[in-house]
Amino acid sequence: MGHTIITEERYTFQPGAKKQLLIVMAAGVLLLVIGLWAAMSGGHDEQHNGGHSAVQTDQLVASLTPEASGEGHAEHHETAPWLKRLYTSLWMNNVYFVGLGIIGLFFVCIQYAAQAGWSAGVKRIPLAMGHWLPIAGVLTLVLWFATHHDIFHWTHSYLYDEANPATFDEIIAGKAPYFFWPGEAGGLPVFFLARMVIFFGMWYWFFIMIKKNMMAEDINGGTTYWTKNRSISAWFLVFFAVSSSVAAWDWVMSIDTHWFSTMFGWYVFASWWVTGLALITLIVVYLKEAGYLKIVNANHLHDLGKFIFAFSVFWTYIWFGQFLLIYYAHIPEETVYFIERMTTSPYSWIFFANLILNFLLPFLLLMTRDAKRHMSMLKVVAPIVIVGHWFDFYNMVTPGVMKEQGGLGLLEIGLALIFLAAFLWITLSSLSKMPLFGKNHPMLEESLHHHI
Amino acid sequence: MDADKHFVVGIYDDEDVLLDAIRKVRSSGVKIQEVYSPFPVHGIDEALGYKRTRLPIAAFLFGMTGTILALVMQIWMLGYDWPMIIGGKNFASLPPFIPVTFELTVLLSALGMVGTFMIVSDMKPYKWPRQFDIRSTDDKHVMAVDLAVNASKSKDEVKRILKESGASEVNEKSFE
Repeated sequence: MGHTIITEERYTFQPGAKKQLLIVMAAGVLLLVIGLWAAMSGGHDEQHNGGHSAVQTDQLVASLTPEASGEGHAEHHETAPWLKRLYTSLWMNNVYFVGLGIIGLFFVCIQYAAQAGWSAGVKRIPLAMGHWLPIAGVLTLVLWFATHHDIFHWTHSYLYDEANPATFDEIIAGKAPYFFWPGEAGGLPVFFLARMVIFFGMWYWFFIMIKKNMMAEDINGGTTYWTKNRSISAWFLVFFAVSSSVAAWDWVMSIDTHWFSTMFGWYVFASWWVTGLALITLIVVYLKEAGYLKIVNANHLHDLGKFIFAFSVFWTYIWFGQFLLIYYAHIPEETVYFIERMTTSPYSWIFFANLILNFLLPFLLLMTRDAKRHMSMLKVVAPIVIVGHWFDFYNMVTPGVMKEQGGLGLLEIGLALIFLAAFLWITLSSLSKMPLFGKNHPMLEESLHHHI
Repeated sequence: MDADKHFVVGIYDDEDVLLDAIRKVRSSGVKIQEVYSPFPVHGIDEALGYKRTRLPIAAFLFGMTGTILALVMQIWMLGYDWPMIIGGKNFASLPPFIPVTFELTVLLSALGMVGTFMIVSDMKPYKWPRQFDIRSTDDKHVMAVDLAVNASKSKDEVKRILKESGASEVNEKSFE
């Protein structure tokens, strides 16, 4: 078989696509406004919901920590439930989309480090997703400063005041250096914020380096850029292994400050990763249906489908590994996490929907070879996984902040749509500013003959 | 085996020639019994017109058998036959049963798949396979054509078709 001549291909971010995204964004704003209005006026009804289980949970918490009973009195300036709900939803969506951005870079780096040839045609889609990172970084920092007293219980200084035993929390005080070092406990969490800034800074720096080499390869060709990117990728993967875990503890697990799980870093990573894979696949399918990416065929889709299938199972494995140990050990300060989620409305149905959407459906629907090779089935499963893991993140973040006052309604859906439209806008407009695949990629030829 | 079997055996040196030859031989109306090669040749199953294997279906059914067997076994044992309190849990509680269920699912689908494959491929213990040409385990590709199946064509005609398709040599082989 002779060498195939491949010409450059470019994606045009059509006005039609822009209009669709703006409609999604507008619908999101509309739902958000209605949702906010409903939450502000109907706050009383929601407090009755799940009252029974809330009592259970409170008793459990109270029996654990005698100090906890004093918390209510210490809360001087209680934020209105609707505002708290808005903050929670903002933070939850932000963490979810931070994941999609960083997974874009992670996917590209995995391909370089593994010296994979099959993916040469699809690499630019995850690269485009990485453009969300600088926005995500600013958003995370701003949101943290705006909402930290409501979302992160550990930011309250009275928890660390030993002179006041009514509000002092021994468990949280023991964790203080992890947040506040080298500053004073209860002050500005220097260590915590430094990690946040360093993670986003380093992630973005790696992203810029990788992208720079990919763009230079388009112009100059040769294998040197590929080799450079392989080394950068290897370093990034080492950094990401640590930073993704710590980010998961910082931004998600520390919300339930008393609770901890050694599986949590992996758990958040698994959720991010499989969502990212589903979104990459969905964008590839979208581009193919719009007539782009002729060089991507059923064999490449098959690989992407296998990725979604495999990592849905991987996520389930981590989920179950975390659940079974806590269930079996039956230590109250650990089980409270699941009791909260399994018995309080609306978390309880999401808890079980999570397993159906993220394990049962992808597992059964993507099992056969044909299902992974046909766009019609991938178009069904990828959105299920994307929505399913949004629920997953909802249940990771919300119960710890909102307790029994949590809700899932137009407010949450509206915000998710706004974030989604913004994320896709950044991704697609970045994609339109570079060639759709590297025509000088050393493994493009291998990708063209990929056959499984 | 049943009565005497007579075969024409084509020897090929190169897998690209072989793939081409398979298409030529089949298009000239000769039915190929089997092709043996020392290593997996990409695209050979499509060239031979083989249907997709149904082994995954067998694997799924064996796996389901494992799942059901494991759940029924554990629920019956720990829930009914000999109830025991373990860690203060219900007698028949699902979460601790999942690891065993997973393992039995994997075990039965793997063993079942291997067994099914052996039966379908006629690989019984103490069964000696027909050896058309020992070099198919070394560096040659071997194509076997059953003359009884191709009764409409004479032996010489089949030999000519194989030779023209690019075989480096064409032999005859009989089994008793």
